[in-house]
Amino acid sequence: MINIALPKGRLGEKVYNLFATAGYECPSILENSRKLIFENTEKGVRYFWVKPSDVSIYVERGAADIGVCGKDILEEYAPDVYELLDMKTGVCRMAVAARKGFYDDGRKTLKVATKFVNAAKRHYAAKSRDIDIIHLNGSIEIAPILGLSDVIVDIVETGTTLKENDLEVIETIFPISARLIANKASFKFKTEEIEDLTEKVKNLIG
Amino acid sequence: MSENILKEEERIVAKLRLLYRKYGYQPYKMSKFEEYDLYVENKEFLVGDGVITFNDTDGKLLALKPDVTLSIIRNSVDDGEKRKVYYDENVYRISGKTKQFKEIMQVGLECIGDIGIYEVYETLCLAAASLAVISENYVLDISHLGLLSAILADMKCGEGFERAFMNCLAAKNAHGICSLCEEYNVSEENKDKLLVLVKAYGAPEKVLAQIAPFCKSGKAKEKYKRIQTLCKLLALSPYADKIRLDFSVVNDMTYYDNIVFKGFIDGIAEGVLSGGRYDKLIAKMGRNSGAIGFAVNLDLLEGFHSKPQVQDVDVLVLYDDKTSPLQLIRAVNSLVKKGNSVNVQKTEGNIRYGKLVDMTGGKA
Repeated sequence: MINIALPKGRLGEKVYNLFATAGYECPSILENSRKLIFENTEKGVRYFWVKPSDVSIYVERGAADIGVCGKDILEEYAPDVYELLDMKTGVCRMAVAARKGFYDDGRKTLKVATKFVNAAKRHYAAKSRDIDIIHLNGSIEIAPILGLSDVIVDIVETGTTLKENDLEVIETIFPISARLIANKASFKFKTEEIEDLTEKVKNLIG
Repeated sequence: MSENILKEEERIVAKLRLLYRKYGYQPYKMSKFEEYDLYVENKEFLVGDGVITFNDTDGKLLALKPDVTLSIIRNSVDDGEKRKVYYDENVYRISGKTKQFKEIMQVGLECIGDIGIYEVYETLCLAAASLAVISENYVLDISHLGLLSAILADMKCGEGFERAFMNCLAAKNAHGICSLCEEYNVSEENKDKLLVLVKAYGAPEKVLAQIAPFCKSGKAKEKYKRIQTLCKLLALSPYADKIRLDFSVVNDMTYYDNIVFKGFIDGIAEGVLSGGRYDKLIAKMGRNSGAIGFAVNLDLLEGFHSKPQVQDVDVLVLYDDKTSPLQLIRAVNSLVKKGNSVNVQKTEGNIRYGKLVDMTGGKA
């Protein structure tokens, strides 16, 4: 039996459909219920829905053998897991954005508002740029408008939200997509099952 | 109940001590505190940066030991003789998961001196035997950093590439390696070799056959032959079916340049045993010898063997002011003599007990 942690929401549903097409269906998951765990013993899978940012925690701690989460989470929290497959879905990027026309002349400490503190710190440390990190939990776009920060580091998908708030991307830090991750110990004892599943899903993605 | 007085971790420590003694390892006891300099000079060897420091009465900066290996090397005499020691010690490190300091109980061994194939074989067998003491469902994954270095050196992709490649390799991240090869203009032929390395996992003979085509010359050939000889010997050991080759087992190349290994137990979410040959660390500390060792993290075993306890005590004895003290003492002594655990209380409270002896109100 493989325990699979899926991220709640649109991405999770998309990923479940991929798994189902690959032969790991669990029809009860599509029933409209408040249940969180779904099992298909015949196919040897047990799915559960968790908050997207928690998937890597479930996998790293072995509560799930495998799971699907964004590259942003892997970069931010660096969980000790295997990253077996780029699922090429949920595609977006981690970027630096600022008010239109903003120019960083490097003369003063750069104020950076973000949810992704580690990714932002790493990015600017690599450039030896002195920054003041402002950790926010949401509505990051508002920070430069109100003068709370000079720039933001955030996930950008289409850029519409930025455009509507008169902001623009000034730098891409890394591309993001959903990744299939596995617990290291689970991989050792369920090698064949996990490798089979990975291969089947990979063939579907192409 | 008294039979279970030893925690499973304590039983395991006793069994491991016995195992290591059988192979000539001597116990090593180290002090709780060490001079901070020892750790700061070899910071990268430690799992994390964090060391708990404090000032001694004379102002000297001391540290609560985050590691045992460094201390053993420092205290070993460089007289050409082989030194074999084992230890069970608490170390203080920042836990990777919680990012907070944690006390970790480690049992391990180190063999310092002239290290040949026998010493490597013996250490790997003792590592496997240590895992077998914990559970019969275990695997010991082995990698060879020297072989990896040789293969990478042949490709001449540069240090930046090698570092990034090792990170991808540790995460079995094949797609990451593909992007990396594109970024560094690595040839298709070399890319295919790297993908074989990241995907190869399993029985040594299977993995060795997969990588054989690109270990046909130079240093790679030499290292390949060595690991092949070792794997042939291991195939004859009682642990043959538990040993696998896996190049995702990586360690800091500043200190390790040879065999590295990691042990896993089914049911425990992370590797419980890790070790390797650290000749480079020894050289950095000014010693002219080789060294190999491993450590088992016993704190990971907490709760692994234990079944939920159904009762706190066999017999709960209730008494009050009217109970005769002499009768109470006799009753308790008699129960204990019969092998029961006894708790004497005035009220039941939340105690979970097997049998209740009520001596309140002067009842006999």
